[in-house]
Amino acid sequence: MALSGMRGLSVFISDIRNCQNKEQERLRVDKELGKIRTRFKNEKGLTPYEKKKYVWKMLYIYMLGYDVDFGHMEAVSLISAPKYPEKQVGYIVTSSLLNENHDFLRLAINTVRNDIIGRNETFQCLALTLVGNIGGREFAESLAPDVQKLLISSSCRPLVRKKAALCLLRLYRKNPDVVNVDGWSDRMAQLLDERDLGVLTSSMSLLVALVSNNHEAYWSCLPKCVKILERLARNQDVPQEYTYYGIPSPWLQVKTMRALQYFPTIEDPNTRRSLFEVLQRILMGTDVVKNVNKNNASHAVLFEALALVMHLDAEKEMMSQCVALLGKFIAVREPNIRYLGLENMTRMLMVTDVQDIIKRHQAQIITSLKDPDISIRRRALDLLYGMCDVSNAKDIVEELLQYLSSADFAMREELSLKAAILAEKFAPDLSWYVDVILQLIDKAGDFVSDDIWFRVVQFVTNNEDLQPYAALKAREYLDKPAIHETMVKVSAYILGEYSHLLARRPGCSPKEIFNVIHEKLPTVSTSTIPILLSTYAKILMHTQPPDQELQKQIWAIFSKYESCIDAEIQQRAVEYQALSMKGAALMDVLAEMPKFPERQSSLLRKAEDAEADTAEQSAIKLRAQQQTSSALVLTDQRPANGSPSVSQLGPVKVPNMSNVNQSPAEQELTHANGALTVVDPQPPSTSSPDLLGDLLGPLAIEGPAGTAPQSDPRVASGLEGGANGEALAIAPIEEQNNTVQPIGDIAERFHALCLKDSGVLYEDPYIQIGIKADWRAHHGRVVLFLGNKNTAPLISVQALILPPAHLKMELSLVPETIPPRAQVQCPLEVINLQPSRDLAVLDFSYKFGTHVVNVKLRLPAVLNKFLQPISVSAEEFFPQWRSLSGPPLKLQEVVRGVRPMPLAEMANLFNSLQLMVCPGLDPNTNNLVASTTFYSERTRAMLCLIRIETDPADRTQLRMTIASGDPTLTFELKEFIKEHLISIPIPSRAPAPMPAPMPPQARPTSPPTASLDPGALLAGLL
Amino acid sequence: MGIRFVLMVNKQGQTRLAQYYEYLTLEERRALEGEIVRKCLARNEQQCSFVEHRNYKVVYRRYASLFFLVGVDNEENELAILEFIHLLVETMDRHFGNVCELDIMFHLEKAHFMLEEMVMNGCIVETSKSNILSPIQLMDKAS
Repeated sequence: MALSGMRGLSVFISDIRNCQNKEQERLRVDKELGKIRTRFKNEKGLTPYEKKKYVWKMLYIYMLGYDVDFGHMEAVSLISAPKYPEKQVGYIVTSSLLNENHDFLRLAINTVRNDIIGRNETFQCLALTLVGNIGGREFAESLAPDVQKLLISSSCRPLVRKKAALCLLRLYRKNPDVVNVDGWSDRMAQLLDERDLGVLTSSMSLLVALVSNNHEAYWSCLPKCVKILERLARNQDVPQEYTYYGIPSPWLQVKTMRALQYFPTIEDPNTRRSLFEVLQRILMGTDVVKNVNKNNASHAVLFEALALVMHLDAEKEMMSQCVALLGKFIAVREPNIRYLGLENMTRMLMVTDVQDIIKRHQAQIITSLKDPDISIRRRALDLLYGMCDVSNAKDIVEELLQYLSSADFAMREELSLKAAILAEKFAPDLSWYVDVILQLIDKAGDFVSDDIWFRVVQFVTNNEDLQPYAALKAREYLDKPAIHETMVKVSAYILGEYSHLLARRPGCSPKEIFNVIHEKLPTVSTSTIPILLSTYAKILMHTQPPDQELQKQIWAIFSKYESCIDAEIQQRAVEYQALSMKGAALMDVLAEMPKFPERQSSLLRKAEDAEADTAEQSAIKLRAQQQTSSALVLTDQRPANGSPSVSQLGPVKVPNMSNVNQSPAEQELTHANGALTVVDPQPPSTSSPDLLGDLLGPLAIEGPAGTAPQSDPRVASGLEGGANGEALAIAPIEEQNNTVQPIGDIAERFHALCLKDSGVLYEDPYIQIGIKADWRAHHGRVVLFLGNKNTAPLISVQALILPPAHLKMELSLVPETIPPRAQVQCPLEVINLQPSRDLAVLDFSYKFGTHVVNVKLRLPAVLNKFLQPISVSAEEFFPQWRSLSGPPLKLQEVVRGVRPMPLAEMANLFNSLQLMVCPGLDPNTNNLVASTTFYSERTRAMLCLIRIETDPADRTQLRMTIASGDPTLTFELKEFIKEHLISIPIPSRAPAPMPAPMPPQARPTSPPTASLDPGALLAGLL
Repeated sequence: MGIRFVLMVNKQGQTRLAQYYEYLTLEERRALEGEIVRKCLARNEQQCSFVEHRNYKVVYRRYASLFFLVGVDNEENELAILEFIHLLVETMDRHFGNVCELDIMFHLEKAHFMLEEMVMNGCIVETSKSNILSPIQLMDKAS
């Protein structure tokens, strides 16, 4: 039965094809949808043929990109049609139109199951395909045993079994428990004895998924894979139908080699030998042939073999052979091979000992940076970035700079970021680094983010030797016509601070400097003017003896901006005006900026965020991250006060604790640091003997950066005279075991991290563990920053994640040793499977000297991280609210013992929990309505609605109603909000006064939550 | 997971067949197809067959007026996918005899059947042309 047999459909397709424009097409589609809708309404009159025709039309319309929001039922109902043609259409259209969460799909489970266990092979295939494509968890639980039976049944024909294999793969991904490892590993191995290549092809995909999760259980499959590979490579027993341009199924060869890459090593010498024989033959025996298809297919196999060789850590000889091959590839004419050559060479960087051989191809790779094809240029850039080290940084970065002016816009930002990072990481000397960044700003100012110029300012501030040079360079750039605004910013800043160092040079008198900067003022935006004002104030301060004329000029500018509409500009103008009247006191107030505390390069972080990179490249990224900056930030003195963050480059050196215009967060910071200064009056004991060691180790991520280099006072006092880590080793063990105390309150840190996405999770005298997280829908990417604070390595480092049942967590490899003063980053991938308040725990241990430290830390992968605030209008809210009626989807509870707070504060609390308060929806002003979307793999995006009714007479109680489309979610969310209302964990605030013990009947639905809550249990534990 | 989607698009950018192996909303599909088609159609014969787009790598091949685009993740071998496209075209050729855009338009269901026999759940399930085509031949005989 062909479409051509369905005349109406052919006519419709012709009509669409003849439409002159999108508008006509839309009209035609709308007309057709209207017609189908009417026909479906009087369903009784529809013949199966008509139904089939309409369902195809729907698929066609959907494919064109139009929403088809009806008729799904009709498509699903065709599945249960008795005849093959209708059934087939039903299956195919259903799997194209619906997704696994569609309600109608549940209706079909029984029919599908009957087809799967029935005797009709063709029906079995259709049903298995549908489940394989869109089957969800419910299918997994009810169908897995049947599917497994089919897969291993000897009476079943290959055409059914190959589909069963991939169907099982789907079910396994939905619910890994459906495959019982113990029972299945043997069967899987038997399955690989199969002769039929179709069944083998799909079974191999299944194996890849199983092995990638648990390679140990499937160890017995390894030799079988090698056998299959031998069979194909030797072309033994391969039917003609599976030979593609003379090559025995290249797809199965590739898949088999992919599977082998999931086993860490091959221990059995015989298996290893056989495999290497095959691989060697592929490496040596693949020639370039004329036929494109044959050539592609054989090279597909060759590239996979290369990847496998790299994985197996072959002998050096074979590795160099691989690099030589890749070196040949990146220079050939055929663009596909060039692309893949570069890509695989980048992967090869992970292999030890071959970097030097790869470097021999540097010139060719640089040529590829100018390839006419952007895909190839991207690969070349990635490879250059990965292979860069101290020895070739100068060449590579200069190439990148040169390329920058001609690069396409799509690549410039990435390019400038990468150049900036490499310049920072591998700078042979700092003046070169300054040169590179200034050139970068000059050539591609629009693509240079603020982070990049903040960073160069940090370096210059912290390195006295560099200051005159940087000032001179900045002065030179200002002479150029039409410079980028970022250049104005950075030059003005540097000259404000350091132009007095140039005073004796021609053209560098305060007046001349002022004039050349002031010339730019009319061209810049409001964000730059404050920086210029600060520069003027600084110039004024440095002009000794005072220059009356200059003073008058600058004062005139200040008074002009005293009434500026921009608050920042106005405030600076007023303050500088007042300060500059003070004469000599100005010198103190406007003194040079203090040195910045050491910190991790924000650029590196940005690079991680920017790269929507792939799994395989992440290992390379990791390697790059583990190399700490070699451009040294000299901090020979401790920051004088609360770390001035780069983004607030204010010129005023704030006298300790006396500033009034800091933001509350900053004040808190100053406070914390101030407090520490009191207990630790001496400079950190490690700084004097080991100056260099002090320069590295960008420990803190954000926030309390200033505290990073300071030691815990108790330890510091214990170290007196000893001065460095080695002294610790001498002290008796018993004494030390008690000395490792966390710095700061772990619980408070955890609670703070529940509401924000980066900060310190744990800190003690030796290590600081920071966290930075990025949450998107039900995925989370958390990076753990493990910073060694000492001049000796931390060893036996172990990090174990204990995930709760509802989170899938994968922590990348944590190195066993953290070098002195180094920081390593360990990405942790999180997937939220379903709603739950259970907590994940990081079991972390390390050894320092003779200390063994083991801590269990709660990870802030909490429920609200998977929420996304969404604002809902009244028209959307009320129908939803009504449709979710009563338990278990809508739950109501009177909560007593609430921490009393004004409604506005509660609204803030809700907003901080990602529950968006929707004002105006509830006419009663004592009530609060909020909405949010919850994401998990099972529920997908699910809208949650919340209503809080408060009692103005008694703020300690309220009535809470929560509704969502999922009963577990509703319950968990209710409990979650309740926890936050009853005691709000806000850091740096005294613990909330415990409410009076509440009567048990007050919380009927959840009396024992507090004691059962693993979080609470854990809190007790910590 | 391997293959994320298979698209057939003509020179004018009109979609002739779309099969996704992961769920995307209609808006996401429209946006994705628009962006990818724009990128690929702008490329010339001297450029390679791979285009990186968001988290996908698109492997594409042009046959006369029709582009075949396959979106994959990093679990796939690019050249193997490139030849898989050719296998699909050869299979269609065997069935239709010199397949063209119109064949696919007016026999959308057959194109779907063939693809369904070749890819399932984002994995390659069959590469033997006669095995792929046998259910369709069976059906043709029946009608």
